Amino acid sequence: MSTKTTHIGVKAPTTPQATYIMRLGDNALILGQRLAEMCGHGPEMELDIALTNFALDLIGQASLLYEHALSFEDMASNVDALAMTRVEEAYRNCLLVAQPNVDFAHIVLRQYLFSSFQKFQYEALLNSSDKQLAAIAEKSLKEIAYHIRFAKSWVLRLGDGTEESHARLRDAVDCLWRFTGELFDFDDVVSAATECGLTEDFTDKYSTWQGEIVQTLDEAGGIKAPETLNMLKGGHAGLHDENLGHILKDLQYMQIKYPNLQW
Amino acid sequence: MSEPQSAAKVLDLRANLLDILTQVPDPEIPVINIVELGIVRDVRLGKPPQIIITPTYTGCPATYLITQMIREKLDEYGHQDVDIKSQLAPVWTTDWITDAAKTKLKAYGIDPPALSKDKNALATCPRCSSTNSELISEFGSTPCKSLYACKDCLEPFDRFKCH
Repeated sequence: MSTKTTHIGVKAPTTPQATYIMRLGDNALILGQRLAEMCGHGPEMELDIALTNFALDLIGQASLLYEHALSFEDMASNVDALAMTRVEEAYRNCLLVAQPNVDFAHIVLRQYLFSSFQKFQYEALLNSSDKQLAAIAEKSLKEIAYHIRFAKSWVLRLGDGTEESHARLRDAVDCLWRFTGELFDFDDVVSAATECGLTEDFTDKYSTWQGEIVQTLDEAGGIKAPETLNMLKGGHAGLHDENLGHILKDLQYMQIKYPNLQW
Repeated sequence: MSEPQSAAKVLDLRANLLDILTQVPDPEIPVINIVELGIVRDVRLGKPPQIIITPTYTGCPATYLITQMIREKLDEYGHQDVDIKSQLAPVWTTDWITDAAKTKLKAYGIDPPALSKDKNALATCPRCSSTNSELISEFGSTPCKSLYACKDCLEPFDRFKCH
């Protein structure tokens, strides 16, 4: 056996390529899993189908990314093991994607914040020295475009809707805004990935992204983003809040009970 | 061995493999096959010959099934030595769906996708051809479809999304 912090043989990535691709994969996987929780629980049939369609897209993206990460480093025997058998701190998704499905306002706002960010992050991969990663990004961007369109239209509708829907969206903004500072951090992992030509620097798009969101929120019944607030960070470094643990409890159940189970 | 003969044989193999692939239906929409859907991108002759396929949507569950169905069909014709390779670029688009397949989709009750240059084209009821319809759900029973209802004949219908 290796160290205590890994099990069923998953190794941590060491190359800048695999490290960065795992981060992209973890974001997609965890948000996909969060959305999948809504299967059968959407506020309306049509919205239920939309959320599970997005879950499918994101898990599909995660699968392509993990498979590609494995081509750099032999971290696990297969994609399922890599996706589902790591300990909590080995997941490097941002905190935002693990935030719970409090209500529909939280869900669509989380999607809007994330997908609008993901667009910038994936556009920066289109000229990657890694052709397969560029292809994954190009394919995913087609899906991201309608995720943004759907989520934004609901942010506007809720914010500009009834007193109740407006209040719920405002609560969601107050709650989720603090997790957005991490998204555009130029940390060591992004730095190493830009140095090896894997990605262009997208972190300089932070103010553009923020401008877009602030404008949408303003159109959504004049909601203001909190101004004085400590941004919470840590997911990218493996320091998660309690939410990820609950997700992993569900996600990992089958792989832990039946190691190496395949679909 | 004479050169012309072997060249002809090689061409035969490619045509033969393509023909076999047209016998593999899309698992969700069995009236059209994977070649006319644009999933089969190429057949490359070599050692071993390769079939190049591309997924429609990243998470489409049919992708795995399609690979298995191709394998089964190749086995049936004794082509165990052919590789199936998935390739993402260029990215799949509904513009690759052939006109013949679009006609079959319509007969099957699915409004075929508009070309991406006409992506704002109105949905057309596959039963009565009316364009007087309303969007019920942007997302449908499979990633590639949305759900409409015809306001003239009052029937609901699936529309293959332009992607």
